[in-house]
Amino acid sequence: MVDEMTPEEMLKIDTNPPKKDWMDVPADFSPGKFPYPAQPKSLEYLGFPNPRDWSPAEEDWKLPENWKEIVINGIRERLDKYRSFKIFMDSCVRCGACADKCHFYIGTGDPKNMPVLRAELLRSIYRGEFTTAGKILGKIAGARPLTLDVIKEWFSYFYQCTECRRCSVFCPYGIDTAEITMMAREILQLLGVNIHWIMDPVSNCNRTGNHLGIQPQNFKEIIEFFCEDIEEITGVKINPSFNRKGAEVLFITPSGDAFADPGTYSFMGYLMLFEHIGLDYTLSTYASEGGNFGLFTSSDMMKKLNAKMYAEAERLGVKWILGGECGHMWRVINQYMSTMNGPANFMEVPVSPITGTRFDNAAETKMVHIAEFTADLIKHNKLKLDPSRNDHLKVTYHDSCNPARGMGMLDEPRYVLENVCNNFHEMPENTIRENTFCCGSGSGLNTEEIMELRLRGGLPRANAVKYVHEKYGVNMLSCVCAIDRAVLPPLMDYWVPGVEVTGLHELVGNALVMEGEIERTTNLRFEDLPEKEGDSDE
Amino acid sequence: MNVNYMFALISVTVLGLLAYFGVETMGLKSIFGVLVPYVAVTIFVVGFVRKVMNWAKSPVPFRIPTTCGQQQSLPWIKQNKIDNPSTTGGVVLRMFFEIVTFRSLFRNTKAEIKEKGIISYELELLLWVAALAFHYSFLAVIVRHMRFFLEPVPGCIVLLEKLDGFFQIGLPIVMLSGVVLFAAVAYLFIRRITIPQMKYISLAADYFPLFLIMAIAGTGIYMRYVARVDVVGIKEMTMGLVTLHPVIVPGVSTIVYVHLFLVCALLAYFPFSKLMHAAGVFMSPTRNLANDTRMVRHINPWNPEKKFHTYEAYEDDFREKMIEAGLPVEKEA
Repeated sequence: MVDEMTPEEMLKIDTNPPKKDWMDVPADFSPGKFPYPAQPKSLEYLGFPNPRDWSPAEEDWKLPENWKEIVINGIRERLDKYRSFKIFMDSCVRCGACADKCHFYIGTGDPKNMPVLRAELLRSIYRGEFTTAGKILGKIAGARPLTLDVIKEWFSYFYQCTECRRCSVFCPYGIDTAEITMMAREILQLLGVNIHWIMDPVSNCNRTGNHLGIQPQNFKEIIEFFCEDIEEITGVKINPSFNRKGAEVLFITPSGDAFADPGTYSFMGYLMLFEHIGLDYTLSTYASEGGNFGLFTSSDMMKKLNAKMYAEAERLGVKWILGGECGHMWRVINQYMSTMNGPANFMEVPVSPITGTRFDNAAETKMVHIAEFTADLIKHNKLKLDPSRNDHLKVTYHDSCNPARGMGMLDEPRYVLENVCNNFHEMPENTIRENTFCCGSGSGLNTEEIMELRLRGGLPRANAVKYVHEKYGVNMLSCVCAIDRAVLPPLMDYWVPGVEVTGLHELVGNALVMEGEIERTTNLRFEDLPEKEGDSDE
Repeated sequence: MNVNYMFALISVTVLGLLAYFGVETMGLKSIFGVLVPYVAVTIFVVGFVRKVMNWAKSPVPFRIPTTCGQQQSLPWIKQNKIDNPSTTGGVVLRMFFEIVTFRSLFRNTKAEIKEKGIISYELELLLWVAALAFHYSFLAVIVRHMRFFLEPVPGCIVLLEKLDGFFQIGLPIVMLSGVVLFAAVAYLFIRRITIPQMKYISLAADYFPLFLIMAIAGTGIYMRYVARVDVVGIKEMTMGLVTLHPVIVPGVSTIVYVHLFLVCALLAYFPFSKLMHAAGVFMSPTRNLANDTRMVRHINPWNPEKKFHTYEAYEDDFREKMIEAGLPVEKEA
């Protein structure tokens, strides 16, 4: 499959729609075209319906007898609960402005990946079951009967949307396919149709406080290993605290950064930064996950997994919460958290103890993004930085979807980057900021078995990186999302070899001149710094 | 040739013929001139209001604006106050630009994989131009037609007619809005059938309003410039309708009834169709909300009870290992 297809071959994308009407084209469940279904044990642990062994490749999905009723009631319930759902079902005029804005459409050429048609997959059922015209006129009104093939098609295409919201930027009414995908995934949950790569982290997160299932003692160990590495590189010994009551700030970051590189280097950057400024913070093994795969599951699960942040902040008696570099984490925090789990009256409006800056934009939720925090520090000259340590890097910045379109945190990371490295080049305007292209693997799709789909989904992003790689020699792609850090490396290896991936705070850590540090000979990856000899084999 | 556009074309033709033969052959002037207009307007008003109230009945549990541009942040970072508003004023501006200038369509680009494998995203503004031209010329036409329902005719309508006939072409003076309306609708239709992706997604319900409006504009243009219908007689009838003292004027030609019937069809169709986007655009939660959700708490009326895996339950699970690792615990073993 992917191993055999070269990038040149994968780029041959046929954008001509098929001859057959889209309602007559069944979804494809050949190997590599679908993510593995959730395991029964995850669903049992969570109390989710219909746990069983099943495979989308098989004919029988073992759905409950009354699956049709469940789906229709599920749609009805959500129409009643969400005005957005109703309006998005009724307002689309099929103008096609959204059509070629989706990275999956650009990368696959499959017309059902056009946001307009992805929505029609659900809308056609809505029409047939809930509108007068649909009930009377049927197919000619764009309605179709609810069959098992429709459910299968929903599973295929609503797990080919990464809820990145790019389409809603271009729609005249802001119709947000992310919202529609969330509804569809919630409805599929009711039948027990969900994927392993989301349900496993969700059940881990519930039990251990993080998606990876890292237990408290192991979490502590991992961070201590980072501190050993940091000591070797900088000579500075850091002793972070865990679950410490009375700290001023609780720091919560995605567990992906505790686990896999290059995220681990950004974690090291955080630890170094906090040490350098003398921040009175604590980590928590219970609230050890900034991310929230509940967002990709259902609003109830999102609320459930998010609740531990405030619970832990209250238990530890901190003044406010600092959040790390994670994408969807910040959509949840910015748009959902205070509504779901607030008010956080036991905390205060965040104030940086170093600069005195009041973060008024976080006055209610009481959570500040570390890029906001660091940008503020740099602006007030609180950090001693030597950007020349990053001179061998020519950096470009990928706006992760959710901070861009669910928050609008665009200039803070750029300000930090401009102060910690000397070579920074933006990708073309239509591919950054609110127009940013998803990495292709968000919303729980960062799983190995659908690698071809991920590489196709990531094509527009990779293509823009290739442009600056060829034009400016860009060799480092920076971002503020843990999923990005996990998935952009294989994406780069395939489409733009020679470009590596980093977070933001790895670069900060490299450039930071810490109190009492030894002369740095390597960067945080133990690679020799330019023009310096160093002991880089360990 | 596809079933969707054929069905739409045939439907509009049938409607037109229905009105024509109904009046010309069967003389049903009171039905087409009085009953149908009253029924159509009632359906429109009641239907529109009911649809909007149905939308309003569902709450907005979460504030989910699609943020474009820089958020409100540190004081020295410039916020994009229109595309990422954090105040009601900003939202009003954002909505204003969306509704009056179709701001989102102004961003439209066309993605294309070029040779050497580069993907380009060139600005594609024809859709924006056509959409604006269509909606504004339609607005101008409707406002001008208000002269049939108001006596004396207000100065602003006379002014609009003067502006509309600015180039003073022909006699009767060609009203640009009518021409632009017809051209814009024709473009939108041609676009729908010539762009393969558009044709693939288009339903009969997408062609129907286009054909209907083309027929309305077409009959209107015919009546004004070719048939030169009896506008005085027409105004007597329209004033009759609006004062609830309807009257049929004998000299008014059949084509007027056809035009009127097609308009009534559009009005009656409106509340049950995608044309409700006219109201939807005002109520879309991804546009009409401020991005102030970290600053102000919004209430979700159906916010479920908080149920989660507590720290106590977590510690119960891992207490021994935590103690062994030197982590603080609430309860000793």
